[in-house]
Amino acid sequence: MLTPEDRKLLKIIAKDCRYTPEELSLQTGLSAEYIKKRIKDWDKEKIIAGYQPVINWERTGEEKVSALIEVRVLPQRGYGFDKIAKRLQKFPEIKSLMLMSGGYDLALLIEGKTMQDVALFVAEKLAPLEHIQSTATHFVLRRYKQDGVELMGEEETLQRLVISP
Amino acid sequence: MKRYLANHVANMPPSGIRKFFDLVATMKDVISLGVGEPDFVTPWTVRESGIFSLEQGQTMYTSNAGLFELREELAHHLNVTMGLSYDPLKEILITTGASEAVDLVMRAVLEPGNIVLVPDPSYVSYGPCATLAGANVRYVPTHAEENFRLRVKDLTQAYSPEVKLLVLSYPNNPTGAIMQREDLLPIAEFVKEHDLLVLADDIYSDLTYEGTHTSFASLPDMHDRTLFVSGFSKSYAMTGWRIGYVAGHPDLISGMTKIHQYTMLCAPITGQIAALEALRSASEAKDEMVAAYDRRRRLMVHGFRSMGLDCFEPLGAFYVFPDISKTKLSSEAFAEELLKEEKVAVVPGTAFGPSGEGFIRCSYAYSLEQLEEALQRIGRFVERRFSL
Repeated sequence: MLTPEDRKLLKIIAKDCRYTPEELSLQTGLSAEYIKKRIKDWDKEKIIAGYQPVINWERTGEEKVSALIEVRVLPQRGYGFDKIAKRLQKFPEIKSLMLMSGGYDLALLIEGKTMQDVALFVAEKLAPLEHIQSTATHFVLRRYKQDGVELMGEEETLQRLVISP
Repeated sequence: MKRYLANHVANMPPSGIRKFFDLVATMKDVISLGVGEPDFVTPWTVRESGIFSLEQGQTMYTSNAGLFELREELAHHLNVTMGLSYDPLKEILITTGASEAVDLVMRAVLEPGNIVLVPDPSYVSYGPCATLAGANVRYVPTHAEENFRLRVKDLTQAYSPEVKLLVLSYPNNPTGAIMQREDLLPIAEFVKEHDLLVLADDIYSDLTYEGTHTSFASLPDMHDRTLFVSGFSKSYAMTGWRIGYVAGHPDLISGMTKIHQYTMLCAPITGQIAALEALRSASEAKDEMVAAYDRRRRLMVHGFRSMGLDCFEPLGAFYVFPDISKTKLSSEAFAEELLKEEKVAVVPGTAFGPSGEGFIRCSYAYSLEQLEEALQRIGRFVERRFSL
């Protein structure tokens, strides 16, 4: 269980991981030593699983295509979906992989340079895998929000008074 | 046309903030720490409910006292968060911002000759509202060495039999001071002994960073003597919606409702609907804002102390109130020269009463980046003063 202090710390890091332990110490009142140790623990326990910025590739003009793929899988005795998931997660093309309730089993988010890339990946690597029954590929047309960050439009500019009581 | 102005209005001094506001308005690229409102936008779910109500055509008056659903939800909220018990039918009045509630309290209970005790320094409206209600104001000093908490010894010194009402506004604007239960109990004794009413302006109660806020109305025997004033502006970042309220004894609330019905009729309906949504579903968003203020608060206190200035630790609201007397400048001179030399706007402590001399009010309702930049600039300014 997280302590209230740890929860506070994790919430700050979850939004912005660029603060140094010293800066975090100033903001939370926890010691920088404690913060360093906690972050190290969390790294080790994979509670903090990575440190990645949210990049809006559409704005860079880079060629990039992503697709959401629904996959139906035959579960394996003794392993359920975990064995196939473990194998799938190794593919660098697969950016997210989730087990779903409902009409299909696994949801994959795939990224490639071109539609051709994605199609090839599905046809040659994904679909032929043992235990995979069917796939349905949905190409992403536009990304409006990612990991809690709004990607569309300009930031709301606040028109506050400069001085108010 | 000045001769047409009523004397008591003509003689009312303009807000100490006004002069400063005019000066800032002429300058460019100013970093302001002068704003007394949240930098957050109202949580989306709250905004969305306001928009939806407009789409549905909910654009009419509400009852004078405000939407019953809102009063009911509010009564429940006050009970759960502060242990207060108010009948939504007779003991709660929804107002156009807490400012109207302050005005209503003063007008409903004060008469010429009455005196209102107001802690000094504090928010700028209490004095003028009392004056407009025909009463006189007596300021009760609070002191940095006592963490700006109101003390009975100072109250006793200020007391005379004409005193009818005491204003308590904690967490305090401009100092950021809070009053905990043990600080309030002797005040309650004083109030009982002198048969006073209390206007408890708890608008910043949700912004309490250590322990939990104790409402004066929750103390033994204080329920009927207290007019509990608060609103949605600070807690839910809803300043522009103008929704506040006052809760208290039904006799007093019905008096205030009379004034309200003739002067305001009702608070804006869109704001009331949004406020209801805020109570129902924005508590998480509120907690996140409070957590953000707390981080900034620590940064600010550390920043001022590192400059070599004394800065008492504010445990409420979103202001720090550093002591700038070591620079040998008056509050006004400090604020003016800082603005001219480093383009940072702060508010002189004296804008909030004479006890604010030697202090400046800095709001931390700004992003961490803005605060860091402002602290750097103020640091440079203070260093130059120290080397003179």
